[in-house]
Amino acid sequence: MMRVALTCCALATIGLVACERESRSFHERQVVAARAEVATQTPLTIGGPVPPTGTQSPFQGNAVGVSDGKRLFATYNCSGCHANGGGGIGPALMDDQWIYGYEARNIYETILEGRPNGMPSFRNKIPDYQVWQLVAYVQAMSAQVPIDVAPGRDEHMQVRPAEPITPFKGRKQTGHR
Amino acid sequence: MMARLAAVLVLLAAAACSGNHSALNPSGPQARVTANLTWGFFIVCGAVYAIVMVMLAAALMRRRLATPQTPAGERTLAVAVSSAVAISAVIVVGLAAASVAAGRGLEAPSNNEPVSVDVIGHQWWWEFQYTNDDHPDQIVDSPNELHLPVGTRVRIRAKSSDVIHSFWAPNLRGKRDLIPGVTSESWIEADRAGEYRGQCAEFCGYQHAHMAFLVVAESMDAFQQWLTSQRAPSQDPQDELAKRGKDVFMGGPCVMCHTIRGTIAGSKAGPELTHVAGRRFIAAGTLPNTPEALSQWVLDAHSVKPGTEMPPNALNPDDLRAVVAYLRTLQ
Repeated sequence: MMRVALTCCALATIGLVACERESRSFHERQVVAARAEVATQTPLTIGGPVPPTGTQSPFQGNAVGVSDGKRLFATYNCSGCHANGGGGIGPALMDDQWIYGYEARNIYETILEGRPNGMPSFRNKIPDYQVWQLVAYVQAMSAQVPIDVAPGRDEHMQVRPAEPITPFKGRKQTGHR
Repeated sequence: MMARLAAVLVLLAAAACSGNHSALNPSGPQARVTANLTWGFFIVCGAVYAIVMVMLAAALMRRRLATPQTPAGERTLAVAVSSAVAISAVIVVGLAAASVAAGRGLEAPSNNEPVSVDVIGHQWWWEFQYTNDDHPDQIVDSPNELHLPVGTRVRIRAKSSDVIHSFWAPNLRGKRDLIPGVTSESWIEADRAGEYRGQCAEFCGYQHAHMAFLVVAESMDAFQQWLTSQRAPSQDPQDELAKRGKDVFMGGPCVMCHTIRGTIAGSKAGPELTHVAGRRFIAAGTLPNTPEALSQWVLDAHSVKPGTEMPPNALNPDDLRAVVAYLRTLQ
């Protein structure tokens, strides 16, 4: 009897843990930029060292962070050139064509340092945690974040199910809902 | 103990009747109508309650009748009961009629108000935009501070940029919801000069409680003077510290969200700062507009309003002092 009760308690605890899918920080502190922690062979790289391969946005699996990134995408007028991800003056962000790489660290670099022919550098203009939120949202536009994390579809230009770039194993990938 | 508690309660109740955030201290025609209605309801319902209680006490005290009721006595009783029902019905219908009568004309604008303001709710601050259809260059944006000319109807157009908020300045008028995607029109009028507090009255997120605004009701002349001063662009700072502060502002994250007219800063994401030094409060009525509070807000806004969209800014002490000095020049 005792054992059954204990098992039930343990199961209930595990169940409760599953309730917290993600959490939202109400007190952002200035995160030290990922780039500062990286050891490099030479300091002569343009714009300094790049975050290491495999670096993920801390908001990659966080629906609140991704939707904050979506808000910031409008606030900082990214749509002025990228037109809600469809591209215009700047390249489209919702397809599988990436000039400078689709990984989180590449997008982070692109926002922070800018790219030739138009993409400005937002270094010192956008706080680091917000850059990572933007990174997560840009990844969401090309279906690189889990489907339950991606923000809701907009009423303007819609993306058809994106070509999966990093397919999620065992899950039907349909891009935006 | 009981006496002290009663005294505290009486004081609290009395405090609710005065002050600059109370519907029972009306300073405008709309608030006066609703305050009168409230007192009318209170007096009528209070009288009814007292009479019913007295009757109930009398009925409980009365001795049971020794002999059965005669037909004549029963008729008297029937008349008494039906008159009581009739009086109750008349009172209820009368209160409903008074309420409907009071509500008429409280909301619809007449469309010939001389001043028109767009009230726009944001998470978590207010934008009051004095519209000017003929001269778009003379539109005035006044965050968190609503100025009204005394004795003049001002048209308000209520909007929201994100979620549902509610515009509520209890001394002047009832609530008006700000609904995203919908523009609703109404009016507001102050008939006594003074400063009144307003507050968001619809839960709108984590900092809903810290979403207040200030209403300044002043004479038409003072109002026009204020409006003219607000139309002016900012002046370039003169002293060295403020000049450096301007450079920090324009070169840092501040410029990404705030507008300062007369400079390159032109983003509409955050409150306009062209005349920020002239305001009484910052952060939507949360902090007094002092250099200390401003420094704290710029450095770590999340310590004051957790979750706010103003990010923390890791400025070094010299830059911080310079930015605050610059903001203080924006009269």
